[in-house]
Amino acid sequence: MTRWLPRAYLVLVYLLLYVPIGVLVVFSFNDSRSGYTWGGLSLRWYQSLFNNNAMVEAMWNSLWLALSAATVSTIIGALTALALHRYRFRGKKVLNGMLFVVMMSPEIVLAISLLALFLLVGIQLGYVSLLLAHVTFCLPFVVITVMARLSGFDESLPEAARDLGASDFTMTRTVLIPVIMPALLAGWLLGFTLSLDDVVVSTFVSGPSYEILPLRIYSMVRVGLKPEVNALGTLLLVFSLVMLMLSQWILTRSKR
Amino acid sequence: MPSITRQPFRTAVLVLVWGWLLFLVLAPNLLVVGASVMTRDPGTFISLPLNLDAYRQLFDPLYLEVFLHSLYMAAMTTLVCLLIGYPFAWALSKLGKQRQLLLIFLLIVPFWTNSLVRTYALKMLLATNGLINSALMGLGWIDEPLQMLYTEGAVIIGLVYLLLPFMILPLYSVFDDLRQELLLASHDLGAGRFATFIHVIVPLTLPGVLAGVMLVLLPAMGLFFVPDILGGSRNLLVGNVIKNQFLDARDWPFGAAASIVLTVTMAILMLAHRLSKQRIGEEGAG
Repeated sequence: MTRWLPRAYLVLVYLLLYVPIGVLVVFSFNDSRSGYTWGGLSLRWYQSLFNNNAMVEAMWNSLWLALSAATVSTIIGALTALALHRYRFRGKKVLNGMLFVVMMSPEIVLAISLLALFLLVGIQLGYVSLLLAHVTFCLPFVVITVMARLSGFDESLPEAARDLGASDFTMTRTVLIPVIMPALLAGWLLGFTLSLDDVVVSTFVSGPSYEILPLRIYSMVRVGLKPEVNALGTLLLVFSLVMLMLSQWILTRSKR
Repeated sequence: MPSITRQPFRTAVLVLVWGWLLFLVLAPNLLVVGASVMTRDPGTFISLPLNLDAYRQLFDPLYLEVFLHSLYMAAMTTLVCLLIGYPFAWALSKLGKQRQLLLIFLLIVPFWTNSLVRTYALKMLLATNGLINSALMGLGWIDEPLQMLYTEGAVIIGLVYLLLPFMILPLYSVFDDLRQELLLASHDLGAGRFATFIHVIVPLTLPGVLAGVMLVLLPAMGLFFVPDILGGSRNLLVGNVIKNQFLDARDWPFGAAASIVLTVTMAILMLAHRLSKQRIGEEGAG
């Protein structure tokens, strides 16, 4: 076997992955109403997107939800990682196991279990239920990101802080938090993108009082082709790309 | 044992973390297990008496057919992902380190972009008057547009497109760990390329294969929006059935039973993965 064959294969697979996305982006600037023929360059779909009030509201709702879900899951996730890393306590394996199960189980299983909980406990489906659900599925990813950072960390620093009389809280605030800062940022960005893109869980736990973007897209694409979706998809793509690059940049910079 | 008053921070952290997981992970899952053995109730969703009717209903020929068809499509998706992903991960692991990182990044970019939007993009390509058909007709290769959308094939293509990175990443990590000396040793001991592949490479990459299968097979039964957009009403997934029972038919016990079948499948796969890893660990040590 020669050297070019594996490389040609890699290129082919990347083409298959990126062609649909490329088509989506190109057609978002298409002036024609039909989704298939090229009618010249135009920004009309972006315009109609922003003139659609319900759409703009769903966008804001989604952004606010992703922002709050990412923040809450970063705080709880970081504390969980610190607890797993530093403390000995009963049921540590159970805790680890539960996080693993959340990460591995099919989204739909998580979705119906949360729906059942919310309806039986009487939590109204809307912003609060979405927030609780999104924080739950983001949590394991934040924990893993922070744990990875903590595992390569010099244990003598927190010990020194304790020896100098710092309380657990002070030591965490002044020694550990600065060390895990890059992981916190990366975890936050990860949570933000996960929340923004979620369809499966949101379908179950959202109510009419709080419409979010993926559900709006879902109802649009089920009935047929809508050129506005191309424009919206392109915006989301650029947005996720920026977020992803930002998190990679933060992580690689902190390693140096 | 340090007292609560001496370590308020530690106590607060543990209470918060345990509270969250018990309330939002353990309790909901127990609820689903409970719901699956209860009776459907139009007012309160579920009620006593306890029974196994929901599980019996899974074997109703109508649903059994949907489940088997869903399993078939998920298995095909997994197989296609494996066939594409295995050589891909292998080829990737042979490149220079810097280039590997860039290519892995390019692999996860689509994976972080909205999956609905990507499924929709496939719909544009596959539609009757879509781009693939127009291109083929323009080239004169076909006279009539091919019916690609709303077929079993379209659902499988959609699932492969969404799930391929989940197969490639664990495979890549095992190929990355594969020690070159082992391959050289196999070669020195007189094994040919094929023998080395079967006796050395395949067993050593098996945990990666199983991890990939786990990460693809289960979502491939749950991603209900893929058949909704690409598959029409005849190519449903288990996920569509569960969604239907919970959101439309309001038959919680049945939906819960179907979801437990998925969870049990996951548990079996996880166990297989663990065992395969342990076996390699023992052989490596011995």
